[in-house]
Amino acid sequence: MTDWMTLAGIRSSDITPEDVFRKRRQLLKASVAAGIGGVIAAPGAALANDLTGPIIKKAEFSTDEELSSFKTITTYNNFYELGTDKGDPVRYANRLKTEPWSVTIDGECANPGVFTLEDILKPHAIEERIYRMRCVEAWSMVIPWNGFSLADLIKRAEPNSKAKYVAFETVVQDDLPGVRRNVLEWPYREGLRMDEAMHPLTMLAMGVYGQEMPNQNGAPIRLVVPWKYGYKSIKSVVRISFVEEVPVTSWNMSAPQEYGFFSNVNPERSHPRWSQAKERRLSGDTGGLSSLFSSKQETLYMNGYADEVASLYAGMDLEKFH
Amino acid sequence: MAINQAILSRAQPLVHLKKIAKPAVFLLALAPFIYLLQSLLTGGLGPNPIDSLTDSTGTIAIRMLMISLAVTPLRHVLKQTWPLRFRRMLGLFAFFYVALHVSIYTVLDQQLDIGSIWEDLAERPYILAGTTAFLLLVPLAFTSTRGMVRRLGKRWALLHRAVYIAGAAAVVHYVWLAKGDLIEPYVYLGVLFLLYSYRLVRSLK
Repeated sequence: MTDWMTLAGIRSSDITPEDVFRKRRQLLKASVAAGIGGVIAAPGAALANDLTGPIIKKAEFSTDEELSSFKTITTYNNFYELGTDKGDPVRYANRLKTEPWSVTIDGECANPGVFTLEDILKPHAIEERIYRMRCVEAWSMVIPWNGFSLADLIKRAEPNSKAKYVAFETVVQDDLPGVRRNVLEWPYREGLRMDEAMHPLTMLAMGVYGQEMPNQNGAPIRLVVPWKYGYKSIKSVVRISFVEEVPVTSWNMSAPQEYGFFSNVNPERSHPRWSQAKERRLSGDTGGLSSLFSSKQETLYMNGYADEVASLYAGMDLEKFH
Repeated sequence: MAINQAILSRAQPLVHLKKIAKPAVFLLALAPFIYLLQSLLTGGLGPNPIDSLTDSTGTIAIRMLMISLAVTPLRHVLKQTWPLRFRRMLGLFAFFYVALHVSIYTVLDQQLDIGSIWEDLAERPYILAGTTAFLLLVPLAFTSTRGMVRRLGKRWALLHRAVYIAGAAAVVHYVWLAKGDLIEPYVYLGVLFLLYSYRLVRSLK
């Protein structure tokens, strides 16, 4: 066990030996193929392409829990710009235009600008990280993301000492079915404190299962913050701003007593809609009759990443700063 | 002779319609259940069938409640008594979908975990509102038989006014639980307001 792993609280048993991992990858490929078959059958779903370039498997960042299938990950989404029903994002996926795509980087930094997607991605090697994803609606998945540390992009922007927070915005395309209605105040906005944004677990993802990010999952590039409720992991990012004050965030604007700025997964903190003590794990290919009898599992503090991230919140009352 | 025939040929389809009306309404009211069952068996409910079933049975239950609450006003508006013949059946269907919704929540979603159901009741007002609606409807379902109507007499009508509170509690349950998108629950709130205002205005006349 390396020191880093001890620090991060990852046990040797958490890491899959390479041969087992490979075998599992082969199985995965088969299930991905099956998953794509399902997506083709779904009308309007965009078909993803393989990511180009080698993918470095970051085992030390990854869980070896059973993966959610490609179909589960890509047909059950919250992406309100595409509609509020869980099936709407895949249904209206091809209404989202992802080409051309540019990301504006601005605010308190030395290198602001408007960058093409290629500019953003070019210097970064693609990694595979298998993260748990916990939705505030008390369900969870295990997702093999492809992407890189947000910290690496932030370093390129060279934020100055005034940059205390990072604010993100999702694209607003007026003809998207959800954008036409004022369910939330568009654009969708999220934010992280600088130390959260710089944490090695925080990533920008442009793919899943070695495929380009499907539109319904936040193509072409999205944030993934695995110890926070899913809505913090903002999709289809077009703007990253370095700011001095706490940025406004969409769900917090909509219902501040329910959704705080930090939104760390916390089974202890009661929520007015859903008990956060347990979650339904949507692993494998769920949806059949047997999934009617699947039991819920205990939700872990910080979604199981407490050893890595709890120090970020040392001395803070997380009941108050939820 | 010719007149008799004309009357007969006109009357027969009416008799026919009367005969098939009840089974037809029965099948219509059952259709959402059949559709859900078929979706469940073909994987059409998506990766999280328990949540999907909870949501859809809840929505159907509220719609069915609204429909059964609309029967009496419809009778007054049309100045016809025929809608009344469907009132009991529609009310029982509403109860059926409510009971299905509650069973899915307690058995499949909470897996009969009394602790977490209690936590839900204590901490989440929308669960309390929904439970109120369900508990109010139980005695109404059990006193819906002809025998009970006769036995309870005037008290039956009084007891069955509880359906107004149940309907309101069910809609409040939905308004309080809805996240982000409030259009549908507000539509039900609007329908409820119309139905209840009609009753109120009529009772004051």
